Amino acid sequence: MVYLTRKIEFSASHLYHNPAFSAEENRRVFGKCNNPHGHGHNYVLEVTVAGDPDPATGMVLDLKELKEILQREVSDRMDHRFLNYEVPELAGKIPTCENIATVIWRLLEPKITRGHLNRVRLYETPDLFVDCYGEGHENGAHASGGNPR
Amino acid sequence: MKLHLWRRYRFAASHRLHSTQFGEEENRRIYGKCNNPYGHGHNYVVEVAVSGPVNEATGMIANLADLDAYVEREVIEPFDHTYLNEEITEFREHVPTTENICIEVFNRLRNFPSATLERVRVEETGLNSFEYAGEPAGATDE
Repeated sequence: MVYLTRKIEFSASHLYHNPAFSAEENRRVFGKCNNPHGHGHNYVLEVTVAGDPDPATGMVLDLKELKEILQREVSDRMDHRFLNYEVPELAGKIPTCENIATVIWRLLEPKITRGHLNRVRLYETPDLFVDCYGEGHENGAHASGGNPR
Repeated sequence: MKLHLWRRYRFAASHRLHSTQFGEEENRRIYGKCNNPYGHGHNYVVEVAVSGPVNEATGMIANLADLDAYVEREVIEPFDHTYLNEEITEFREHVPTTENICIEVFNRLRNFPSATLERVRVEETGLNSFEYAGEPAGATDE
């Protein structure tokens, strides 16, 4: 099994606000992230695909194909967007790193048809990031389907 | 959905690698420059991973303010700008290698109440780092 990781960056704004909370509770729970005008981050996304290299090509999957999937599924949806209002998959959710990483996992997992999606790591800042392993776990065994060869 | 929330912290401290189980010459041979009797220092980076269900109302595994306050109190405040060998009880007995620092940091954080501690990673410099995920079988198989 080989693990291959591709990195992209996207920039987006968001705010944390739960309409079920009072204004004061929103400020207490979410702090500065509750600013109604929103604020932004340069997100860094690392996507890891696991699989055995194809004997004919030497590749787990073609990086060009992965690059196109990331462009279509993530960059086109999220880059230079206000995540709360412009990304339907996040509608009604607080766009925390946890929730964004989960959405990205669900978008990518069915599109990776060579090898299988092993990990989505999303950096909100260099000091805060989330690893998402889907319903499987991180040591390579996976319960989420995929197409290992 | 299995998620780990990672947070990165920093502290600066000095240490000396010296084991009471070895003689002076053997300590010098094993630890080299790190055996300098006056000690030396590093800018350590500590990465902490926690897991747990994502709270529907907040979208969070754990509130960062709670995690930051806990790590600050248990690790950063006691470790930052200290001589680890003398000022951290654990390192009077154990050599403060980054392996042992990693284990000590994990042990100090393992009772974090708002989420499950999964893993601690410590960088001694940008060129070397260590990870510890506790001892239960199967948790440290990487």
